[in-house]
Amino acid sequence: MSKIDLMKHVNEQSPWQDVTQGTHVYGSGNSEFFNTGDWRTSIPKWHPESCKQCLLCFPVCPDSSIIVREKKREDFDFFHCKGCGICAKVCPFGAISMHEEGGEA
Amino acid sequence: MSDYKYPKIDKKSKAPAFRERMSGNEAVSYAIRQIDPDVIAAFPITPSTEIPQYISKYKADGKISTEFVTVESEHSAMSACIGASASGVRAMTATSSAGMALMYELLYVAASDRLPVVMAAVNRALTGPININADHSDSMGARDSGWIQIYSENAQEAYDNMLMAHRIGEHPDVKLPVMICQDGFITSHAIENILLESDEFAKEFVGEYTPEKFLLNTKESLGVGPYGISPYYMEAKRGQEQAMENAREVIAQISKLYSDATGRLYDFFEAYRMDDAEYAILIMGSASGTAKDAVDNLRAEGKKVGLIKLRVFRPFPFDKIAQALSKVKGLAIMDRSEGFSASGGPLGAEVRSALYGRVDGIKTINYIYGLGGRDMRVRDFEDIYAEIMAIKADEIPELYKYYGVRER
Repeated sequence: MSKIDLMKHVNEQSPWQDVTQGTHVYGSGNSEFFNTGDWRTSIPKWHPESCKQCLLCFPVCPDSSIIVREKKREDFDFFHCKGCGICAKVCPFGAISMHEEGGEA
Repeated sequence: MSDYKYPKIDKKSKAPAFRERMSGNEAVSYAIRQIDPDVIAAFPITPSTEIPQYISKYKADGKISTEFVTVESEHSAMSACIGASASGVRAMTATSSAGMALMYELLYVAASDRLPVVMAAVNRALTGPININADHSDSMGARDSGWIQIYSENAQEAYDNMLMAHRIGEHPDVKLPVMICQDGFITSHAIENILLESDEFAKEFVGEYTPEKFLLNTKESLGVGPYGISPYYMEAKRGQEQAMENAREVIAQISKLYSDATGRLYDFFEAYRMDDAEYAILIMGSASGTAKDAVDNLRAEGKKVGLIKLRVFRPFPFDKIAQALSKVKGLAIMDRSEGFSASGGPLGAEVRSALYGRVDGIKTINYIYGLGGRDMRVRDFEDIYAEIMAIKADEIPELYKYYGVRER
């Protein structure tokens, strides 16, 4: 079973008969399907107008939640971002601000 | 249940079983040599120490191809077994008492990861007070860990049970670790007559281990032992429970296969002179043989007594036990460990639970005996039969009591 198939078949609604023997995880890279974004209590906001694309934020993100395409960062991957705020601390230009999750940005 | 093909063993084409004399430890080691597992990780502890000693000698003499990992503790021994088993190979260990207690955390991991590790358990009292002699407190402490537990009366049974262990644990509908228990010193160190099977027969009976999923498979990636968050934990446990239920059928099949091939009969328990028995003792381990002598003596006097020697404690054969005891008037359940429930020992609790609502009205006393190697003689068992035979019809007997303890 591929990881995509597995994630379709085994989820938090699966009956016990469908959970793999020993809760073994078949296939690798399954953590991509896990919504760690709902652990967040603080949420980062990216301000593109202040961003110089220095990319200091990208390597310090522990959850690979800053998406870079063609040497430029885009907005956060909020499905995985846990809101740790390291990116906001490291940004020299004030282009990332932290806010209460669910509050007004 | 999957359509697992049980092997057809052609005993006639093999060399016959031969007579030897050896201790329980040597007998189990002999079986391990015949099994030739891929990995053994063990740490010495009395009275199981001889098992890794024999293994290292077999290894030094080139008689096994096993990777023998000399770990620094039992915690590491079981961890190494878990790693090895998850990688896709056969892993075994041996331990006793405090050594098993140090493994407890990992015993649960082996079971929940569904890894068919096999352990030669040599029962010894848990400390304290510190004691090196036989009782069942070590493996009874692990009774809820998810391991299959099979108890042996003597060296012959320890040997035979060891040759059956892998086929039971590795069955695709089971995939659970298996503990083969024998009593420390009484069985592990006493030298007895024994029938050993040929290497050829043993190897064919045990077979090759070919797991469907394993970590060293280069074609398929696999994760073993993930964090089981609350939306998955209960489903995982229910899966383990089903495996233990499936093990009932598998144990029955493998025991029959082995019994048919060797002529030595194995089932969930042995019913000794139970056909018309009105009074019975239910017991596990080495003292069963002593108790059988008491049965013979009392039978010679015309007393209708019998004995149930339980072999498989996990999964617990509650239906068969209730059926086997359905005709008796009086019952003594013998526990060689304390549960400190202040209402008896673990075997007492299981057997009463098996009887409740199925067979009611048996006058039952749960005895705690033989702790820390306290001896039990034939006349002690005769005493116990006399006690349960003396319970009056309108009397509610003591729930449990100690036997063989000095009292003022």
